[in-house]
Amino acid sequence: MKVLLGIGGSDGSFEALADTVTRAEEAGDEVTVAIVDRDDIALTPDEIETEVREQLAETGMDPEIRQLSGHPGSRLVEVAEQEQFDRLVVAGGERSPLGKINFDETLEFVLLNAETTVTLVR
Amino acid sequence: MTREYPDEPAGEFPSPPDTVTDGEGRKLRYRTGSDDDTEALVEMYLDFEAEDRAQGIPPVREEPIRDWLDVLLSDDCLNVVALHDDGPVGHATLVRDEDGSYELAIFVVRPYQGAGIGTELLEHLLGYAQDEGVERVWLTVERWNDPAIAVYKKVGFDMISTESFELEMAIRLK
Repeated sequence: MKVLLGIGGSDGSFEALADTVTRAEEAGDEVTVAIVDRDDIALTPDEIETEVREQLAETGMDPEIRQLSGHPGSRLVEVAEQEQFDRLVVAGGERSPLGKINFDETLEFVLLNAETTVTLVR
Repeated sequence: MTREYPDEPAGEFPSPPDTVTDGEGRKLRYRTGSDDDTEALVEMYLDFEAEDRAQGIPPVREEPIRDWLDVLLSDDCLNVVALHDDGPVGHATLVRDEDGSYELAIFVVRPYQGAGIGTELLEHLLGYAQDEGVERVWLTVERWNDPAIAVYKKVGFDMISTESFELEMAIRLK
């Protein structure tokens, strides 16, 4: 299975990285990591990529890593469709101080617009 | 996260403790809450209707409810409970955020909904917050939850973000 994993640089997205890569290894999936540039995240795409590479070095896996410029949600949906990925994995639904689950704009866009099967990691 | 608060502070809200007759003629007592209320609130939330949950709260099972109440009833947070015949039927809470603002939520059990108790809880919680010197309060609400949005607007909350699934509203208290 071809899996596209969107990473926006939130804590949750780095957790999704570890989970997805571990599962992919067990299932023999082919993972592509797509780094997107979210307005609400302070890390730059290059900083996110450095973090992703450090985490992946620990797992010993070596998936393709790409940076997608432009609107994060629409770029993920577009690449997943154009390149015929079987699954798009995104993280989100983080909790507020009070414990409420909130969906950010990227996640909302992906859930509403993706034709590809989406897995939400939260 | 940077939030835009209204420039003008809201007016004065009533402080707890207070007794107010609800829309059904029941006498409701509004008072501040603390960890002494844990057991009664656990019972209240265990009976909470599934369809009245929003954004993952209140949690469903007892242990997560207790963990969640531990946060809400800690010293950093402000709570008001609505009591009828000495048992809680509603609860409103303000949880301190990293930047010193407070996130708000209100819960009223099914048989007591639609009688103005949510509005009273909200106003008494904001009154308590004013007494404690709280300046900025925010909340998120699901966009289809028209009754809640109407109450927040009536009390003086402004819509500050409509970009996500949830609407974000805020009020300045002083």
